[in-house]
Amino acid sequence: MAIKRREFLKIAGLSVAAGLGGFSAFTGLRSGILEASQYVRDPKELKASRWGLVIDMSKLNQEDIRRIMDVCHKKHNVPAIPNPKDEIKWIWPESFEHSFPGQESPYMGDAIKHQPYLVLCNHCDNPPCVRVCPTKATFKRADGIVMMDMHRCIGCRFCMAACPYGARSFNWRDPRPFIKEMNPEFPTRMKGVVEKCTFCYELLAVGKPPACVEHSNGGIVFGDLKDPNSEIRKIIATKFTIRRKPDLGTLPSVFYVVSDKENKGGHEHVG
Amino acid sequence: MYDSGKIIIGIGIFLLFVAFPFYYTAIGKPVVKPDPRIDTPAIQAMEKKQCVESKNAMKTLHMQMLNDWRDAVVRDGQRFYVATDGKTYNMSLQNTCMHCHSNKKKFCDECHNYMAVKPYCWDCHIEPKEGA
Ligand code: HEC
Ligand code: HEC
Ligand code: HEC
Repeated sequence: MAIKRREFLKIAGLSVAAGLGGFSAFTGLRSGILEASQYVRDPKELKASRWGLVIDMSKLNQEDIRRIMDVCHKKHNVPAIPNPKDEIKWIWPESFEHSFPGQESPYMGDAIKHQPYLVLCNHCDNPPCVRVCPTKATFKRADGIVMMDMHRCIGCRFCMAACPYGARSFNWRDPRPFIKEMNPEFPTRMKGVVEKCTFCYELLAVGKPPACVEHSNGGIVFGDLKDPNSEIRKIIATKFTIRRKPDLGTLPSVFYVVSDKENKGGHEHVG
Repeated sequence: MYDSGKIIIGIGIFLLFVAFPFYYTAIGKPVVKPDPRIDTPAIQAMEKKQCVESKNAMKTLHMQMLNDWRDAVVRDGQRFYVATDGKTYNMSLQNTCMHCHSNKKKFCDECHNYMAVKPYCWDCHIEPKEGA
């Protein structure tokens, strides 16, 4: 018995539909074993459309910077490796010309030029590290946090080459011997993976501010850059702020108020 | 036939080598079935000694559960798991599983050594402190 072309196509179409249906029933089954279970969020979770930071350098001295760095690194089991080539850092002090190249001027005061600036991952709106990661180990969350999934990192270091801020560190060696006091509640990392600041996503998830903000005595403010009524937006609206390497188009979420400590936000005299 | 003596000895030696894995395991240590222990302080203190899900589900699915948990936490920012019985757990290997199963060597490793699986999780996740 011969079937007409039209009949054949109908049958073929139906079989494909049946096949697809069968496939989804199968994948549905896989997660259905513990069907009644579910994932939930803490109702206290802090949420934003785009998280950002304002770091007011007029409110942070060297001691504050050291304290903030210690708190962050201790909390996340970041090792203190003395050899600068192997160093791991999530948040650290940097000179003006390394932080803001091209934004210095010959008439800048010494205090501004020579004070250390607190730098960290900028959680860019247009993050080059995310674009180059071959495994999606680094990705941008809906709230703007540029996140690291250590489980997927294969240590290729493309992200390090892509990041213009040096915000990423590679574990050239086993970090554990260099962690003085282990925080038993957070994992370490291992040889061969890249790491960086994650905006304390684990604290936001349970309703707490990032550790650097909490220990800054008001020097660092965090908030939703998309919310015009947020404290962070009010600061950016009323004070002059700069970002690191703005001409690269990465759109950093970290803003700096730059002014020297004595002037506390600055009464500049026109001379 | 030439050299039949040498050939027969050769075959004998050959068989001895080929069969090596069989008699080696036969005369080796008897294999003991794993006996994961749940006599930890945290579990002792429980009124009803039960895991996150039923024992059977845990036995067969814990690897998948851990995999799902880490994706939920790290990739989706979800931190809590409501189990089939309605209880809520913090989705954490170090802070939840190992809080109860603080005897990793006598529990997780007991099965894993038997099965020759070696999860690499402990390169980063901190193992509970155990005596000996
Ligand atoms: C609240 C304490 C508690 C927590 C948290 C917990 N367990 Fe358990 N677990 C138990 C107890 C009690 C049993 C024994 C259950 C039984 O005998 O019915 C058990 C049993 C198991 C078993 C089966 C052991 C066997 O003998 O077959 C596995 C596997 C297991 N747990 C893995 C895990 C993993 C993985 C986690 C984290 C996702 C976890 N458990 C979290 C208490 C806990
Ligand atoms: C009842 C025996 C048993 C116990 C107890 C047990 N496991 Fe397992 N686990 C297994 C088996 C069997 C496999 C391998 C499954 C496979 O290869 O498909 C496995 C695999 C795993 C894997 C995946 C490993 C990989 O390389 O893919 C992880 C992770 C894991 N177990 C974690 C744990 C942790 C953590 C505990 C203790 C809290 C634990 N298991 C306790 C039997 C057990
Ligand atoms: C390269 C380091 C590394 C390895 C290897 C690793 N993890 Fe993780 N894991 C992390 C980090 C970092 C986090 C983030 C912790 C947080 O946010 O609280 C994490 C988070 C998790 C979480 C959710 C949060 C928590 O506290 O547990 C689970 C579950 C998890 N990992 C399971 C695993 C399992 C299972 C393995 C092994 C098969 C594994 N991980 C291997 C680094 C690692």
